[in-house]
Amino acid sequence: MSDPLFWHRLQFGFTAAYHYLFPQLTMGLALFIVLFKVLANRTGDERYQDAARFWIRIFGINFAVGVVTGIPMEFQFGTNWAQFTQRAGGVIGQTLAMEGMFAFFLESSFLGLLLWGEERFGRRIHDLAAWALFVGAWLSGYFIITTNAFMQHPVGHRVAPDGTFQIASLLTFLANPWALAEYAHTMIATVVTASFVVAAVGAFYTLRDAHREQARIFLRTGVIVGLAASILVAFPTGDQQGKMVARHHPPALAAMEGRWSSGTWAELNFIGQPDVPNRRLDNPIRMPGLLSYIAYGSFDSNVKGLSEYPPDQWPPNIELLYYSFHIMAGLGTLFIALMSLALFFLWRDRLMRARWLLWILMLAFPFPYIATAAGWMTTELGRQPWLVYGLLRTRDGASPLVHSGDTVFTSLGFAGIFVVLGFLFLFLVLREVAHGPVSHTPAATDPRR
Amino acid sequence: METLWFWIVSVMVAIYAVMDGFDFGAGILHPIVARTDAERRQVLGAIGPLWDGNEVWLLAGAGCLFLAFPKVLAAGFSGFYLALFMVVWTLIMRGIAIEFRSHLADGMWRGLWDFAFTAASVLLPVLLGAALGNVVRGVPVDASGYFNIPLFTDFGTDNPVGILDWYTVLMGVFVLVTIANHGALFLAWKTDGPVHERARRMALPLSVLTAVLGGLGTIATARVNPDIFAHLPAAPLAWISLGVFLLGLCLVFWGQLRGRHLLAFLGSAAFILGLLAATAACVFPVMLKSTLDPAWSLTAHNSATSPHGLRAGLKWWLLGFPLAVTYFVILFRLHRGKVKATADGEGY
Repeated sequence: MSDPLFWHRLQFGFTAAYHYLFPQLTMGLALFIVLFKVLANRTGDERYQDAARFWIRIFGINFAVGVVTGIPMEFQFGTNWAQFTQRAGGVIGQTLAMEGMFAFFLESSFLGLLLWGEERFGRRIHDLAAWALFVGAWLSGYFIITTNAFMQHPVGHRVAPDGTFQIASLLTFLANPWALAEYAHTMIATVVTASFVVAAVGAFYTLRDAHREQARIFLRTGVIVGLAASILVAFPTGDQQGKMVARHHPPALAAMEGRWSSGTWAELNFIGQPDVPNRRLDNPIRMPGLLSYIAYGSFDSNVKGLSEYPPDQWPPNIELLYYSFHIMAGLGTLFIALMSLALFFLWRDRLMRARWLLWILMLAFPFPYIATAAGWMTTELGRQPWLVYGLLRTRDGASPLVHSGDTVFTSLGFAGIFVVLGFLFLFLVLREVAHGPVSHTPAATDPRR
Repeated sequence: METLWFWIVSVMVAIYAVMDGFDFGAGILHPIVARTDAERRQVLGAIGPLWDGNEVWLLAGAGCLFLAFPKVLAAGFSGFYLALFMVVWTLIMRGIAIEFRSHLADGMWRGLWDFAFTAASVLLPVLLGAALGNVVRGVPVDASGYFNIPLFTDFGTDNPVGILDWYTVLMGVFVLVTIANHGALFLAWKTDGPVHERARRMALPLSVLTAVLGGLGTIATARVNPDIFAHLPAAPLAWISLGVFLLGLCLVFWGQLRGRHLLAFLGSAAFILGLLAATAACVFPVMLKSTLDPAWSLTAHNSATSPHGLRAGLKWWLLGFPLAVTYFVILFRLHRGKVKATADGEGY
């Protein structure tokens, strides 16, 4: 506990996980806002404009917290991971700088227009701002995923004599196959989050018999988009991501599945508790051959176990990695089931009356956040003990002269600030939800502003 | 190529200072020039659509430093560990204050965020000014290329040095006054009514104070780091920058005396740009001066990534920079004209 590395990792993990609660909704919701705007323009139906306006208000609060919790992330590379910065900065600095130049400028310039510009500048500028935010947010995602993908599967670089990594081919680095798979998986996951949130608000209003028109729109779009995204996040994108891990990080795959010995017809474990000291999985419920099929495309392929690798190549926290992966995959499966059921009810025109199902939809919205966090923990714990896979170990990446006293101080500071920020965020968002979508009235009569 | 990237980073940081500078300046003066809620919303309305974009210059500038001079970023950020987290926390407070204030029409709520906004806007220029002072004075970079500096030691500028000493505090105060003046001129240009009047009245004494502190700062700099001025005769860019700096200062006064507030504000922008550019030209190629041994200083030459990486970065930067400028031109055009104090409730 007094090892500075522990605190560096805890602080970065905590601030990154907390930060990502917000951008995932920002990115997914940006798609919904654009969708509502397109529907409004296509059909001329003003209710879609009202829907867009309501979600833009939520988006604004969410975006602000995403921005301010994102600033520390950028700084922490240098403050806490100085040796990593020094070694890898010539490569990952490219995408971090590109994110600022191509994504953040676009987003931040048009945010004010999206939030407050409709009255003053008219609908066309407002539509343009919605598109700008959508493009900016999704571009920003690409640059960050490419940065992460380099840590997972470094390509396009060369190692200089002084040990630093330098760009050999910018295009190879930007078109990292790992990045393409991870990007598709991550971005669709943001749409899952947003569709669950949109559907939950729709269910809430329906259960309270409030804002019926809007509730119907939220439920319909939330469920339709939600089912499509829930399926796509598993197949093909999650599947591809899994195959990447199998091909490039076989020890991580073995740890994710609690698999110690190699063999064909590898089982996929649905439930079980990894007992690391005794190298076994307790109480497994499993399906033979499925892991072989998922990892390599045929039921009888050989999936290696952890015992094939020296322990210094193992991810150090096998238990947490195992559970993260299983929580993500398990929840992902439940999402498909829930949204399929909801779509069936929607199709039979019974969703608005099925109160039990609406309750489930309303209470389900936190679970995509949990699945997303678990997915990121799978990615990042699976990468260990490497910071840049195969090139730089995590313990060699931290700042050399920053001691635990400094890092504990700043970690506690973040904990305090983020708790306060979380309460403020919930307070403001719940207020907006309680106030609800209003059909468009001149702003002057709106008593809240 | 390293020289070019040195200037790219410097220019982006200087643009940040000018752009976010008027946000901070507005925040510093906010409780004084705006008394009623409508007037405070007028101030926030003037910077509200712009602050987030302005702040991106800092992030993008840091990104460019990351890509071009990873060693400087690694040493600087880990060396100024605690001070940088104070900057980060203060930036969080400032952003939240601007964005959350308008959500509730409640006196306690808005009073709280007004206080947070002002406190953050005062702290940030002091911190960033002290950071500038540290770069000029130097930090104890050792043979490993890293340093660890305490927040303060004996407030002297000789080893062992701290982040805060008489010189860096003086720079912090100088930057605070400069930024307050910048904000006053911005508000005098962008607002009308009582806010305009009060900002206009505050600007002239602030301009005088800026000039006085600027003179003091220059003398102090000559004492703390005499090498800086030794470069001067051989650095044509430094002469040009000094010209911009002095021209800006003249415009600040001339614009105010003639009642042309946009001109005075642009003068202030030129003053800040010129000051930072002259500093950059004088310290070049040193980016982090070592107080222990000049041979350990981190320079643009010994800290840069490979020339290939710098060239690859330059290609897209030449596309990204005009794009960013275009967004700002669109934004300023859309928000042209004076921001009025209104009761209609739309906006910040």
